[in-house]
This record gives sequence, C-alpha cells and structure tokens, in this order.
Amino acid sequence: MDVTHALAAGMGGIRTAGDLVARMQMSRGMRLKEAKEYVAGKLGCGVRDLSDSYAMEQVRGDRGLGRIIDHSNLHPGEPNAMYAKFRIADLLDLRINSVERFKELAGL
Amino acid sequence: MSGGDDVAEARIPTRMGDGSRVDMTRSELRADIEAGTAEGARKAKCPPLGADELDHLLDLYASPAAFAAVDIGDQVVLSCDGGGSKMTGTDLQDLLESEQRLGQDILELWHIEYSYKAIKTILPFQQQVMQNAQLMLTAPVQYGAQPNLAFYSKPDGPVANWFELLPQGRIAEAKAAIDEAMEHATRDFVYVSDGMMAAGADGIDFDTTGGAGDADLLSTLRAVTHVRGKWPEAGIELGMAGEFVIGIHGELEWEGRRLAGMWPKAQLEVAQDAGATIFGPAVNIRASKSCAWNSAFALTVIKPCMEVARIPVHPNVGQGVCGVPVNGYPGEDASSRAAKACVEILRCDGL
Repeated sequence: MDVTHALAAGMGGIRTAGDLVARMQMSRGMRLKEAKEYVAGKLGCGVRDLSDSYAMEQVRGDRGLGRIIDHSNLHPGEPNAMYAKFRIADLLDLRINSVERFKELAGL
Repeated sequence: MSGGDDVAEARIPTRMGDGSRVDMTRSELRADIEAGTAEGARKAKCPPLGADELDHLLDLYASPAAFAAVDIGDQVVLSCDGGGSKMTGTDLQDLLESEQRLGQDILELWHIEYSYKAIKTILPFQQQVMQNAQLMLTAPVQYGAQPNLAFYSKPDGPVANWFELLPQGRIAEAKAAIDEAMEHATRDFVYVSDGMMAAGADGIDFDTTGGAGDADLLSTLRAVTHVRGKWPEAGIELGMAGEFVIGIHGELEWEGRRLAGMWPKAQLEVAQDAGATIFGPAVNIRASKSCAWNSAFALTVIKPCMEVARIPVHPNVGQGVCGVPVNGYPGEDASSRAAKACVEILRCDGL
C-alpha cells in the first residue's frame, strides 16, 4: 500500500523535495500550490523540479539538505538528518521543533 | 451475423469494493460511475460530478493497465498515518526504511496500541523513540493515534456505557456519561500531544476521528485547539473515520454548528477553525459495489471540501476508504486508480 501510493502519486520524500513541501503544509497549513511555490522560490528551482529526483539530488547536495544514502550513494561529511534539518529550518524560514529541542538539550 | 450491434462489448478487468476481481464492460463501468455520483450527491446534498469528471473517471477505470499514476509534476504530499510495517526490527528502523526506501513525505511514529488512552500509559517510551528518531531522520515525523472515545466507557473505561443506556431510553444518563468521557478523552489527547511535542515531534495526527460519533469528534477538536495554542508551528492532522458523523449524543456543537450529521465539507470547516493544518476526509467502501462506483461516490462527497479549504486536504486512501478495496492486500491496480482519481479530480493537496 505504501509503495503503491508513493509510486502513483507521492512527491518522493527526501529523494526529491517532498519533505520540504510537507513541512510547509504541516507548520503553516499551506495548500499544495502555495507550498510548492514557496519551496521552489526558496530553492531557486521550478515547481516541477520539486518531484524530480534527478534535479533534487543535485539541489539537496549543493545545499546540504540531506539525501538518500545507500551503498552506491554515500556522502560522508555531508549534512544529513539533524545536521540537514538545521539547514532546512534556515532555508524555509521555519522553526523546526526537533532542531529547537536539539539546541536546548545540547546547550547551544 | 452482421452489424455492429451484435458485437459483444469488451470486458475489462476491474475490482469490487471487497477487492475481488470482476470483468465489466465500459458501459457497465459508466453506469456504475453515474450511479455512484448520483448516490453521493443525494446523500451529501451536494452537486454530482460534472460530465468531464465522469468521462475522466471512466477512462481511468476502463483501462486494463496494471497500474495508474498521476502526471509528472502533479505529485502530492503523502502523510502516511500508520505507515511502515511494524515488522522491520525496531520503530526507528521502520521509520528509516519509510524515509530512505519508500520516499514518504510525512513519517509517522505510532504504536500498535493505536489509541491515545493506551499511549498515555507508555508515553515516556514513545517519547524516547521520538527523540531518537528525530536525530536520525530528515523528513518530518508526526505522532499518531486514534481518539477512540468508546474506550472510556465501561468495561474498558471509567464511565457508564452510553451504548447500553441509550437503548434503555436512559437518555439523560447516557448524555452525562458521554460528557464525562469527553473530559477524560481530551485530557489524554492533550497529555500525549504535549508529551510528544516536548520530545521533538513535528506534529500530531488524530487518526480515525469521529469513530465513536459526534462526541469523539468534539473531544478531538478541543484537543486540536489546545495543541494549536501551545505549539503554534505544530502540524496537526485530523483524519476522519467516515464520511458522516454519527449523532450518538446528537446535540453537541462546535461554535454553534451541530456535529451530528456532518459530511466532509462541514467536517473540514470545524477542523480548520479549530486549528488543524491538514484535514483527511474518509469515505468508507461499499464492498458489494465496484471500485468505480466507490470512487465516484467518494469524490462526489469530498469535492465540496476543496472549494472552502484553507488548509491542505489529504483524502484517506488506506484499506477500505475512498475507492481502495477493504482487503488486507488491496490490488495495486485499484489502489493506484483511487489515488490518481483523488489527485486529478479533486486536485487535493495530498493523500
């Protein structure tokens, strides 16, 4: 079921910019069009690029927004997970709860 | 034999609402789609789908393709309530797999006791998993569970069982029990929500809201308002249990609007006014009708939402809702058609 919907209609999560658009829906309640345009504007790319894994792998790598990691795509030294979420919060001008909690608990 | 009238119409493989395969002609599919939208319009007192929409739906269901997908660039956000398999080692591994292998847009941490009342008793355990997950994941992770108001009635809970009192005609006692149950329930929803947000969650999912009727919905709306006020940037997803709010109490209101009898448009309006940021309408499958009928019915009753939505609308396309068969292993041909139909006819914001 998860795979079916991901292939039929899903943006692609961190393979693309699905997580970034999702964050604008969750935190700001933006409708899809508005959220896609907001993220595309921040990334400096086209709206259609947001669900294109080829285009977004490059953009995410350049900006340190976290990418899929597997045996043929390793990125040691590049931000991922919490590191990447610091950058995503800055990029989207968004307060990410876990980033704020990390700062607090790490004493930053 | 001669003449086109004698040529048998081709039969196309499709599915019934229970998931079983059936062969239907294009004419039969058209008749089902027209009947589905007519029934949806009659029940929800809304317009039926337009001619172009019916034609589009027919083309989708009259195709023998094993899989259907939206056009490139039209993809939508997937909020995967209850996602993952629970069979992949730990919850953390399951979430990593959902992010790294399935490409889910919104991940959800959840426990197999998928009820806020049960989660209350294991909150620190779930908080620790959430904190660890947030360190390991890039995609947003919300926490999800169901309101399940009925769990607050005896013998499972502390309150008199209104489902026993109502048939006895003890209406006042039943309503008093419902009121008391709502107090307990909202307190639990708030306790768990605050706890998970304090552990770093990106949002809270109230999944299958309204399953125990209008009081189930009201107790959830009260919690949504609390979360919105205390955690201004929290994602709050309110997903419904069905297309129609059952009036178990019957007189409960949200800001002057009676909850009993609400269809998706009215459900959306109270959800967004309460502070939700994602609304998930659900339309239960009719197992004895074709998936084409079910999709037409579901799209018809959800479509009025799209005109008044200020927040994203993510129709539920899990097992047994919005055109997906009620079956443990729904065919990908049927599930993908349900998803494509929602995106292309509703222009919804996610699934």
